[in-house]
Amino acid sequence: MRIRVPRIAPSEITPPEVYFNRRTLLAGALAGGASALLRAAEPAQPQGAALSYTKNAQYSVNEQPNKLEEIAGYNNFYEFGTDKESPSKNAHSLKTRPWSVTVHGEAEVRGTFDLEDLLKGQALEERIYRFRCVEAWSLVVPWVGFPLSSLLARFKPTSKAKFVEFTTLLDPHQMPGQRVPVLNWPYVEGLRIDEAMHPLTLMVVGLYGRVLPNQDGAPLRLIVPWKYGFKGVKSIVKIGFTAVQPRTTWNIAAPNEYGFYANVNPQVDHPRWSQASERRIGAPFLAARRPTLPFNGYADQVASLYQGMDLRRYF
Amino acid sequence: MNVIRKLNVAQRYRYVYKPLVFIASLLPFAWLACAALGWYGFSLGADPVKKLEHECGKTALNLLLLTLAVTPVRELAGLPQVLRLRRMLGLFAFFYVVLHFTIYLTLDLELNWRLLGADIAKRPYITIGFTALLLLIPLALTSTNGMMRRLGRRWHSLHRLVYVIAILGVWHFYWQVKRDVREPLIYAGVLTLLLGYRVVRASARRRAAAARAVHSAPARPADPVTSTSRSGPTLRPSASD
Repeated sequence: MRIRVPRIAPSEITPPEVYFNRRTLLAGALAGGASALLRAAEPAQPQGAALSYTKNAQYSVNEQPNKLEEIAGYNNFYEFGTDKESPSKNAHSLKTRPWSVTVHGEAEVRGTFDLEDLLKGQALEERIYRFRCVEAWSLVVPWVGFPLSSLLARFKPTSKAKFVEFTTLLDPHQMPGQRVPVLNWPYVEGLRIDEAMHPLTLMVVGLYGRVLPNQDGAPLRLIVPWKYGFKGVKSIVKIGFTAVQPRTTWNIAAPNEYGFYANVNPQVDHPRWSQASERRIGAPFLAARRPTLPFNGYADQVASLYQGMDLRRYF
Repeated sequence: MNVIRKLNVAQRYRYVYKPLVFIASLLPFAWLACAALGWYGFSLGADPVKKLEHECGKTALNLLLLTLAVTPVRELAGLPQVLRLRRMLGLFAFFYVVLHFTIYLTLDLELNWRLLGADIAKRPYITIGFTALLLLIPLALTSTNGMMRRLGRRWHSLHRLVYVIAILGVWHFYWQVKRDVREPLIYAGVLTLLLGYRVVRASARRRAAAARAVHSAPARPADPVTSTSRSGPTLRPSASD
């Protein structure tokens, strides 16, 4: 018997760039399909414009990123409601352009800046980071952004600047969740200046190569991958340099449950639940739970920041 | 409708109302099953495990509160026969509690028994939720007509545990919420009304009994046994179907 090898026309061969990006393309197609479904029922959410960026492999983890609809459909962003699905339903009311950021406190350069001006000259890079929520679930996210340090340097913080404070927009018209006093609005978060200047600390403007969806904190949010997700303040309108530790929103709400540092730490449990393990969103059934790593797996890079500190006390 | 009118009360409950309540109680389960399988466009969202866990828990609480609403409804609305639905509601509450726990143990903890032990021992909200589950088991086991007959008066005392279970259940819900406690507070409010009704009724009955005792004091003292037994779930076991 003659075996016939089917001839494949060159036009039928998948181009390598398509082949190697098949997961991204598939995720994009799925997200497109999902958003088409959503669009039928909900106000149109224009898909973010494509960004130009480089991939930063050095700061990326070698794990499969979550799907876009997981990252953009499962959010804690109480400004748009306290259910995980609320932000993706409600965040279309946020107007992200024009957007300005006010810089105040212990810095030589202060004032109000247009976001476009702040972004000018910042080389965007994609970093695939682990994301660990204090509620013991986790994601892997391909953020697009730039190091916070390169933004802060432009404001020339003085020697008195020991902390950096970030404030989310306060506008109950655009952020309907702020009409309910579940938290002390506006949302405030903070970092020690050395944490803020650490190369892993990222100012994020994009996700999956496109402009950040509103529900993920557009147009500008913070990502500190070794800390619990609530430190990653979203839709930032104010950056302040302070001499004293800022009073942060979740810490005000429940000081025994949410510390200022909020470093991911499997040894220090939340008073109401264990932090020793976490469930990876989107993982197959019965294979989602995994041990939580100290500093969310970034201990090599950041543990030295906390040398000599009692991490049970400074949780 | 004419057909229903021809039936007597017992037949109406047996052939119409009970099957309807049975189907209605299974609707949340059917919805979750469809969503888990992705049928009819239903979905459990990005975290299906949490969604299943929470929906089963909330359905269990809803049914538990409905069970507790039976007594006020039959007394205030003058519908004593509603009692015939109570056992089914209670057993469905138990069904969803067991489902809730099973999902937590298998899909959430992934059968990590050490984690389960640590959770029950160290997490107060899980401790009280687990206690409520354990307390429900004897109630479910003694829900049959045979057990009601066998236990007699003790059946009523035992089944008053449902008040404790409901309090633990709502508390369990309240305690695991991170910040937005509006929903658990609604549950707490409804439960307060349902239990408050019983407290008010019991004290009214005590006062009425005391008044009767004063009027007919020398001749016939109030019987303490009958007056206390009436403050609990009221129908005698034999009168229930």
